Amino acid sequence: MNELTKVETTLKDWETDQEVRWCPGCGDYAILKAVQRTLPQLGADPANTCFISGIGCSSRFPYYIESYGFHTIHGRAPAFATGVKLANPDLDVWLVTGDGDGLSIGGNHLMHVLRRNVNMQIMLFNNEIYGLTKGQYSPTSRENTRSPSTPLGSVDHPTNPCAFALGAGARFVARGFDVSKNLPDVLKAAHAHKGAAFIEIFQNCIVYNKDVFDDFAAPKGAEDRQLWLTHGEPMLFGNQKTGEIKGLKLDAANFRFEVVDVVDGDWQAAGVQVHDATNRMLAHMLVELPFGPFPMPLGVIYDDPAPTYESAVMAEKARASEGKDTSLAKLLAKGQSWTVE
Amino acid sequence: MATQAADKPALKTEGTAPDAVVVRFAGDSGDGMQLTGGQFTLSTALAGNDLATFPDFPAEIRAPQGTLFGVSAFQINFGSREINTAGDAPDVLVAMNPAALKVNLDALKPGGLIIADTGEFTKRNLDKAKYDSNPLEDGSLAKWDLLAFDISALTIEAVKDFGLGNKDALRSKNMWTLGLALWMFDRDRQPIIDWLKSKFRNKPEIADANIAALNAGHAYGETAELSGPLRQVQVAPLPAEPGLYRTITGAEAVSLGLVAGAQLAGLPMFFGGYPITPASAILHHLARLKEFGVTTFQAEDEIAAICSAIGASYAGQLGVTSSSGPGIALKGEAMGLAVMTELPLVIVNSQRGGPSTGLPTKTEQSDLYQAVYGRNGDAPIPVISASSPGDVFECAIEACRIAVEYMTPVMLLTDGYIANAAEPWKVPDPDSFAPFKVEFLTEKNNGDQLLPYKRDENGKRPWIKPGTPGLMHRIGGIEKQEGTGNIDYSPENHQAMTDARKDKIDGISVPDQQVTVGNDSGKLLVVGWGSTFGPIRRAVSNCRARGLDVSHTHFRHIWPLPANSGELLRRFDKVLVPEMNTGQFKTVLRDQLLVDAQPYTKTSGQPFKIAELEAAIEEALK
Repeated sequence: MNELTKVETTLKDWETDQEVRWCPGCGDYAILKAVQRTLPQLGADPANTCFISGIGCSSRFPYYIESYGFHTIHGRAPAFATGVKLANPDLDVWLVTGDGDGLSIGGNHLMHVLRRNVNMQIMLFNNEIYGLTKGQYSPTSRENTRSPSTPLGSVDHPTNPCAFALGAGARFVARGFDVSKNLPDVLKAAHAHKGAAFIEIFQNCIVYNKDVFDDFAAPKGAEDRQLWLTHGEPMLFGNQKTGEIKGLKLDAANFRFEVVDVVDGDWQAAGVQVHDATNRMLAHMLVELPFGPFPMPLGVIYDDPAPTYESAVMAEKARASEGKDTSLAKLLAKGQSWTVE
Repeated sequence: MATQAADKPALKTEGTAPDAVVVRFAGDSGDGMQLTGGQFTLSTALAGNDLATFPDFPAEIRAPQGTLFGVSAFQINFGSREINTAGDAPDVLVAMNPAALKVNLDALKPGGLIIADTGEFTKRNLDKAKYDSNPLEDGSLAKWDLLAFDISALTIEAVKDFGLGNKDALRSKNMWTLGLALWMFDRDRQPIIDWLKSKFRNKPEIADANIAALNAGHAYGETAELSGPLRQVQVAPLPAEPGLYRTITGAEAVSLGLVAGAQLAGLPMFFGGYPITPASAILHHLARLKEFGVTTFQAEDEIAAICSAIGASYAGQLGVTSSSGPGIALKGEAMGLAVMTELPLVIVNSQRGGPSTGLPTKTEQSDLYQAVYGRNGDAPIPVISASSPGDVFECAIEACRIAVEYMTPVMLLTDGYIANAAEPWKVPDPDSFAPFKVEFLTEKNNGDQLLPYKRDENGKRPWIKPGTPGLMHRIGGIEKQEGTGNIDYSPENHQAMTDARKDKIDGISVPDQQVTVGNDSGKLLVVGWGSTFGPIRRAVSNCRARGLDVSHTHFRHIWPLPANSGELLRRFDKVLVPEMNTGQFKTVLRDQLLVDAQPYTKTSGQPFKIAELEAAIEEALK
């Protein structure tokens, strides 16, 4: 986030004249709209906003946002974005990547941009498949995913993007999904966070991995399967209308969560855990929660800012330059020299 | 006239001062030979001699002590005449242990002087060096002069007052040896003493011990003069052009040139690098120049290093990255993006022996194909090569100029030899370089429309900084539409854009190619590029002195070639191209100029010897 003058814009101001080239029905459309809806709410300035992406379906994103955009090469967007932020820390940078781009070919760069804590929003569209290359399994594909490259089903274990981000040292980890009405709020929280803000956005690839997130993202029964986290609020889920409310309780002795029933709204009596987004251990537990026995944790899982990389680099540069002679002639003649008469 | 290698050792020319002397310091990689050589170089420069050096060290940081592969050497050639190379064969070999003697003895001129530390010629060290008997005692060194004495013991004696253990005391051995060398060539010790005091300012007892060792070595020379082959030699200074001088290595020069280039462009510089031999020294130098608007970024890998630099260029700084062969290979895809997005970028390649990991600390010129052709698609990049440590400074400025004046990545080729070697350098006046100040686009350039790919008369597109109001646009690696830069896969557009990118690079203005030594036409033209400049120049000069019709031209601009190149080469009956590869520039010349360029190649990890080149020239003229 930047402390710059807020600019008044509308959703329309963030649309480009380029024809959007995603498959009809792709979850990317919903994410694009959510971002275009969020940017005016942030008071973002199109001239000062920069979308940087790698390669893949998700990485076409910058072409459709009326701001500065750089569609780079496969997996390396974090490195370009780091250079951009070091050259101009005032730019508001959004990184767009996918599960293949960010966690396979670009896993190394994603790790380092997170550990360095370069101030930007990193949106990883996770559709658990390679879309643009026609449907191969990806590093987040579930075991036994049948794809052109794994006709008998994949045998390797998927990686968990949020666990990866936390492990790499991320100071902000959040989750949302393409058609969720809460996605703009998650994006706003990410933007408000100073530092590398990692957002995993589950995205439906309707061609190669259709409805793979339906078990928690489908509207029907969603309340039982989505745990929307809010800092300082109890971890509750379930049906408000029927009053069948459940919560997560910390089983401290065994260091794990358990699902408990909340009777008459008395979550304290049920021992439901209050979400503390600044608690790193809690975040680790939440991103590792097995879906099925537990709901899918969504929203801001972790948010505990630390000094950003670019501010540290700028400060060091200022300290090192203080009172130093900047005459090039003197620099060239530095060291032991001699004069020939 | 004989070639230089067969000359009498310089020190044997009784009664006359030699015009050049070659000294090689050799020892264990932990013996501080590079430091000794560096300081001896400084004293040589201060004495006003011309010089050239060749540091030759193993890839291992601390190879097992006493082993043959752990030998580190530093050779210096200095004289009262112009010096072009580090010398074919040493006149003096300082051998700090049996392994150093064994590895370096073959190079020593017959009749040359060996200075050896008997204290290290123990049974154990002789075994490690695979000597069956002690060469200092078995008469096998008879064709050389031998001066063997216990430098180890003499050093321990010299520093005994400083309360150091034997191990620490022996660390001063190199300074004792340097002291002796300073005496031999009648050099002032004070600059070295000042340097030791400054280097060890936080450990004055270490500084004092080293100074005591230095003085003791020097005193030993004075007292031993009466006996044996050791005598003092005067090498007269070379009258040089008046001005301020310093010694400079290629790595220092490229760093300074980049700083100067960025200033001439009026831009802050961003340097993205990743540790790799022999290129890391550039990152180290620039990391200390923050006050000159330099940001250095040690990236997570070679790819991130170049990508961050492209990101910085996109944001309006001068992006620079640097590496050696294997790292350059990793950067290839990103270079293509810089070509496609037409952003300025300087890529410095300090070449080393390849392929793969190859010979990390040895020199080679085998990345020329990679520089010129090594990317997917038609991705032309201008390539510049530096011929000496001092020349890199100007080449770096030239690379910056082309990068910003044509909005293109530029590859600057140096090599391990240039990076590490030192030479006296006349400090240039920064004001003598014409500035090439960058102007960013600040308003729409086609009425009320922005055309990010609208070209000027040089084929250059505008540079637009993100953050500029009203000029939002998108760029990327997908083929761009002429003018707008929007995605466009259409056949006619790809043809037009491929042509535009090629024409832009082909049209870069580079100075005409000149003959360096000799005539504008004749029987044989020796064509060089890069760090072979010194040996080719000397070999051609020597041959011309013997009446041979041979000339020398040395290319700085590899791609595009100077416009008159073909005409120049065709004025000679034969063209010989010596290269430290299997003939890469020869291929470019044949392809671009359709001339019958003949290769003369070497890939031993060592620079050309003058004698080798002279023989090749004689052969070509038969």
